[in-house]
Amino acid sequence: MEIIDQNPAEQASAAALPTVETARKLGLLPEEFERIQSILGRQPNFTELSIFSVMWSEHCSYKNSIVWLKTLPRDSERMLAKAGEENAGLVDIGDGLACSFKIESHNHPSALEPYQGAATGVGGINRDIFTMGARPIAQLNSLRFGDLNLPKTRRLLRGVVKGIGDYGNAFGIPTVGGEVYFDECYNTNPLVNAFSAGIVEVGKVAKATSYGVGNPVFIVGSATGKDGIHGATFASEDISAASTEKLPAVQVGDPFMEKLLLEATLEIIASGYVIGIQDMGAAGIICSTSEMSAKGEHGMIIDLDKVPTRQANMEPFEILLSESQERMLVVVEKGKEDIINGIFEKWDLHCAQIGEVTDTQRLHFYRNGQLVADVPAHDLVLGGGAPQYHREYREPAYIQEFAKFDAATVADVTPTEIGAVAKHLLTHPNVCSRRWIYEQYDSMVGTANRGTNAPSDAAVVRVKTPDGKSTDKSIVITVDCNSRYVNANPYVGAQIAVAEAARNIVCSGGEPLAVTNNLNFGNPYVPEVYWHFVEAVKGMGEACRQFSTPVTGGNVSFYNQSSDDGPVFPTPTIGMLGLMEDTNNRMTLNFRQPGDAIYLFGQSSNDIASSEYLYSYRGVKASPAPAFDMEAELAMQQALNKLIRQKLVQSAHDLSDGGLFVALAESAMAGNLGFDIQTATVGGSEAFRLDAVLFGEAQGRVVVSVSAAQKEAFESAVADSGVPCVQIGAVTEGAFVIDDQTLMSVADAKALYDNALGTIMA
Amino acid sequence: MKFGVVVFPGSNCDQDAVDALTLMGQPVVKLWHKDHDLQGCDFILLPGGFAHGDYLRTGAIARFSPIMNEVIAHANRGGYLMGICNGFQVLAEARLVPGVLLRNLSQKYTCKNIYLKPQSSSVLVSAGLDKEQPLKIPIAHGDGRYYADADTLKQLNDNDQVIFRYCDETGAITDAANPNGSLENIAGVANERKNVFGMMPHPERAADPLLGNTDGRLILEQLVTSVLA
Repeated sequence: MEIIDQNPAEQASAAALPTVETARKLGLLPEEFERIQSILGRQPNFTELSIFSVMWSEHCSYKNSIVWLKTLPRDSERMLAKAGEENAGLVDIGDGLACSFKIESHNHPSALEPYQGAATGVGGINRDIFTMGARPIAQLNSLRFGDLNLPKTRRLLRGVVKGIGDYGNAFGIPTVGGEVYFDECYNTNPLVNAFSAGIVEVGKVAKATSYGVGNPVFIVGSATGKDGIHGATFASEDISAASTEKLPAVQVGDPFMEKLLLEATLEIIASGYVIGIQDMGAAGIICSTSEMSAKGEHGMIIDLDKVPTRQANMEPFEILLSESQERMLVVVEKGKEDIINGIFEKWDLHCAQIGEVTDTQRLHFYRNGQLVADVPAHDLVLGGGAPQYHREYREPAYIQEFAKFDAATVADVTPTEIGAVAKHLLTHPNVCSRRWIYEQYDSMVGTANRGTNAPSDAAVVRVKTPDGKSTDKSIVITVDCNSRYVNANPYVGAQIAVAEAARNIVCSGGEPLAVTNNLNFGNPYVPEVYWHFVEAVKGMGEACRQFSTPVTGGNVSFYNQSSDDGPVFPTPTIGMLGLMEDTNNRMTLNFRQPGDAIYLFGQSSNDIASSEYLYSYRGVKASPAPAFDMEAELAMQQALNKLIRQKLVQSAHDLSDGGLFVALAESAMAGNLGFDIQTATVGGSEAFRLDAVLFGEAQGRVVVSVSAAQKEAFESAVADSGVPCVQIGAVTEGAFVIDDQTLMSVADAKALYDNALGTIMA
Repeated sequence: MKFGVVVFPGSNCDQDAVDALTLMGQPVVKLWHKDHDLQGCDFILLPGGFAHGDYLRTGAIARFSPIMNEVIAHANRGGYLMGICNGFQVLAEARLVPGVLLRNLSQKYTCKNIYLKPQSSSVLVSAGLDKEQPLKIPIAHGDGRYYADADTLKQLNDNDQVIFRYCDETGAITDAANPNGSLENIAGVANERKNVFGMMPHPERAADPLLGNTDGRLILEQLVTSVLA
């Protein structure tokens, strides 16, 4: 078979085929170029080389991470799809319903073009959900930015938030929660991780597959343009000054188109005639055709002339690699073309048959009647012929330095200094209210967000059946990662991320079920960076086994580093799905009434390591991860879950950034009440440091409030559980009182906390 | 009484409106924007969302959707018609209610709970509501700043066409309680004939007890009771 090369540059120089140098420019290693030649049994043309370069990029192939990702636990009886098997994880939530959920990064595009980068991240993750036949019901996001004092950081924050808002709001799925942290390590490389969850009936899930010789292949949704070409390759490089020259690698989003595509996609899946469907994200047509064909063990003939394009004269590689948004590839039963066309016509969307399924297991792409690429599907994809590497790793020198931290060298806070630390924390960008951000997101569309009028540590979203009927179930979802802890100790830090996510779900009345992860790291070819990755994956795996929350999938984002700032903190973000079977198990974080007793539930330590207080108030950057005992944490969570089901607590709020003081303040502000506590109760006979009591971030602890009527039953249940628990004070009318010293009124605290971010961004 | 909720491409609060009305025991159907049949509905509701992507201008394209011919004829016959949020923007573009909705003064899309004070004693949406009780209702819009020229505004006030004004928790109508810069804190208006109503806030988002706020239900109940009367 004759292969005609369409690359104009090479047509000019007769039949010159690309060399190893071209391969290198496309991001391929010399040994990968050799491997491509041996797979094809000949030299690839430029189109084929481009195909391999994107399909074997880290973004599509996970070549530098898959070896370790395979060590993560992936099974539980609730798993309906294993990690990597479908576009997103699929978890049985009972009564014939399943939840599809996933997190994905859009870090590199957002670094260059924050608005479109973030917007298309939201679009991409939602397509992963509805391509399975699930209607998205809630979104979260996990964001990291640099020093907020820099104008550049404020520009990025403004752009990312507006991008997420404009896309998600118009798409019509509520953004119900998230997290955002600021640290100078993210000055050049912000992180934008978007999470979505949807509901589908078990047995009505659409698959990303292709089979049945002669079945038609359709491309539906937006037309294909030159945007986002080599976006997957771009995401697999360090950010440099030259990156701005890759602006065309950033895609442009259209949420209106996505909304139409959602409705049309769910309609065609409901028709029952869809064999397979996959959204087009990274690497566009080539990714969806190869992954679906490899999975179904079939091939495809595709006529690129039939792809609706936005501009004339697109080269074959441009059509194949374009990452134009809001597109899907659909294989349907032969003879049902009219039904599919009718549905897309109703929604005024493109629907073009571009080819058909073959039994060759190869992909044949034609342009102007000529074969422009002939590649085996299996060899392009993860789990098939894509390379897998063991990378070298080495513990960075700073780890031992951090371990040498001695708290005795840090002055404790004096009673008169508490107020100053309190104000520092309540107005710190890492602690203060995220109102300036979340008010730009529609958090209420769909009338399912139970957090609007009753805040809790995780978002609680009620589940309706796909035909709109109410159920007693809610999903409980959260995204968590304190990357400062992970930087201090990737193994423990990743465990803490899992534990905190589970804790947030338990504090909200849910039961943790499963995890999706977004592994954001620097350049994997740097041994110290790869060590971060390896340790974090090991720790995460161990914690996910312990908390019985298997990893259903997720996303790896390497190369989050720059020539100026080096790698970002290792940031293995955990997106966790929990379930609340009974509406009445709902728990909130707000104090309910004056006079309720306040307890600190869980084991405290005389520890200030890696706390926000130590890091930003004392300016001590080098310390190990905070105290963490995974078994104690699990026992605490199981006991708390039981107390909530027994209706023995009025509120529950976990201790995280800013420690006990911030947890108390947040519960008080949410209830418009105050608190009066004694710090000596926390350490008891051990006489902890005052800063460790108030601002230490030792893990595995929760502030709960208990009504007078239930105090006795609560204390008796706690004694049975064996979890350490101490009454530290009581809920009051309207001031924050610590050791008989009034710090501030709840109104003053709210003014500081609520307006801090808006003041900086004004 | 039968309710019809119009579904434009890009509508995203249509199901919420259907759910809220269903919760109150009202028969309700969805009406596809390309159809020309109101299916015998007595009360038409234009829901929130981003009809036709809100491209060009909010509501500017939706008013030309095929079904709007029948919707406008229905209103001109004196039939009940209500627009919520994007629906209000469509009504304004179609000149079915006076005034326009401009970009929020903050230049930002804003979603939060706000408070409303019922105003008109003659428009059926607010007539039966306690005029002293502020209602906690969500807003979610980027273009909600009500504006009308001085003559129109005077007519609105003289003719008792203002349905709701933004207020604070205590019911005080202040600048600080105005979330988008609307003229005279106007959150909702009726047409002169008082059969067409538009409001930016979302009562349908505050109708289900499970979500912890049923102030919106008071508005919808009032509306259902008065149209049935």
